[in-house]
Amino acid sequence: MKNHVLRPLWVVLAGIALLLIVRHFMVPKDFGVEEGGNFTYNYHRLASTDDWKEFKVKYRGLEYCRECHEENVESILASPHAIIQCENCHGPAIDHPDDPEVLVIDTSRAQCLRCHTYLPYPTSQRSELPGINPQEHNPGEECVDCHNPHNPDLENM
Amino acid sequence: MSCSRRDFLKNTFKTSLATALPLSAFKMLSPAEVKAYTGDPATRWVFLVDTQKCVGCGLCVKACKLENEVPYDPPVTRTWVERYVILKNGQTHIETPLGGNALIESPFGGRDGYIDSKIDGKNIPPDQIAKGFFVPKLCNQCDKPACVQVCPVGATYRTLDGVVLVDRKWCIGCGYCIMACPYGMRFFHPVYKVAEKCTFCYHRITKGMKTACVQACPFEARQIGNLKDPNDPVTKIIMNERVSVLKDEYGTKPQVYYIGLDTNVR
Repeated sequence: MKNHVLRPLWVVLAGIALLLIVRHFMVPKDFGVEEGGNFTYNYHRLASTDDWKEFKVKYRGLEYCRECHEENVESILASPHAIIQCENCHGPAIDHPDDPEVLVIDTSRAQCLRCHTYLPYPTSQRSELPGINPQEHNPGEECVDCHNPHNPDLENM
Repeated sequence: MSCSRRDFLKNTFKTSLATALPLSAFKMLSPAEVKAYTGDPATRWVFLVDTQKCVGCGLCVKACKLENEVPYDPPVTRTWVERYVILKNGQTHIETPLGGNALIESPFGGRDGYIDSKIDGKNIPPDQIAKGFFVPKLCNQCDKPACVQVCPVGATYRTLDGVVLVDRKWCIGCGYCIMACPYGMRFFHPVYKVAEKCTFCYHRITKGMKTACVQACPFEARQIGNLKDPNDPVTKIIMNERVSVLKDEYGTKPQVYYIGLDTNVR
């Protein structure tokens, strides 16, 4: 075959070889599908699934709080606020008491109003919750000055 | 040895058939092996949202952001809660982080809850309200995820237990998946500079915990379950009660099921 035909062919072949070499070093060794997976949806770097599994858990849940704060857990469980998780107001425990040493409690008015602003929505459970109009009910005051979140019963105020 | 033309053709046909048949065709597989080959693991994570129970407190959004290190103040979130108010004259007020009659005063996907009865700064007389409700939204972890199909580098994928994840080390941040998702669930992570989405708290559910949003919800409006487990309470509801999904017409087979959806919810 004539030289002028072969020469571009070598260039193309060299290009393909280079691509394969680069690909060999660039693509992680564990790229593929898990057993039973398919190439349409499951093709990935297999270690990535473990990366996500090792993500740090920050909201530890009521049982974790109970290990030290038994009394407070019992008081909230005996109240209508039993359905509210500790960490919703006290903040995520993360590694408390080591890190953070102190949890900052959200005692703001806005925190209470999340549920207790009355909204007149006939098709939502929201309208069935005890609710106030924040513009009329002691505006500017903090709810926790009068109400105890661990015992919100109005008769025990 | 004589060989007629007919015999020659016959034998050629038989031999080629026999050689084309791989040895593996004669291998007997145990049912367990077949199950593994066809991708039928024991877990398929699904989500159930009861919009009748949601009160729009937004504690789920807050918990999600803190649990998953989603930047707290930028307008990005893995999950959000929408407020729908439909008036008796047919007019609709919808608050979403992505448009509709977006309410500037209460942005961030309902992260701080809905603490004002005003919508768009307007007072709405209660007697004009026909329906008012809240709809939490999160990634549908589709069975046929459009976002995975468009990824040019294989950085996003569906795990065998049905959760769509993004490989942060491999994502190049091209944003195709963000455009492809019919639900607008994906966004660009401002810190890691990669595509970001709800993972069903993969680090929690694989340890036997509930997702951060499910745990934070006081009203059990959000639930997570395993569709492959017939005794799972979530599975029982999905199988036996009237549930629906969002945007079924896209054919992505979404796996977040809703109770009490309204036709105004898109």
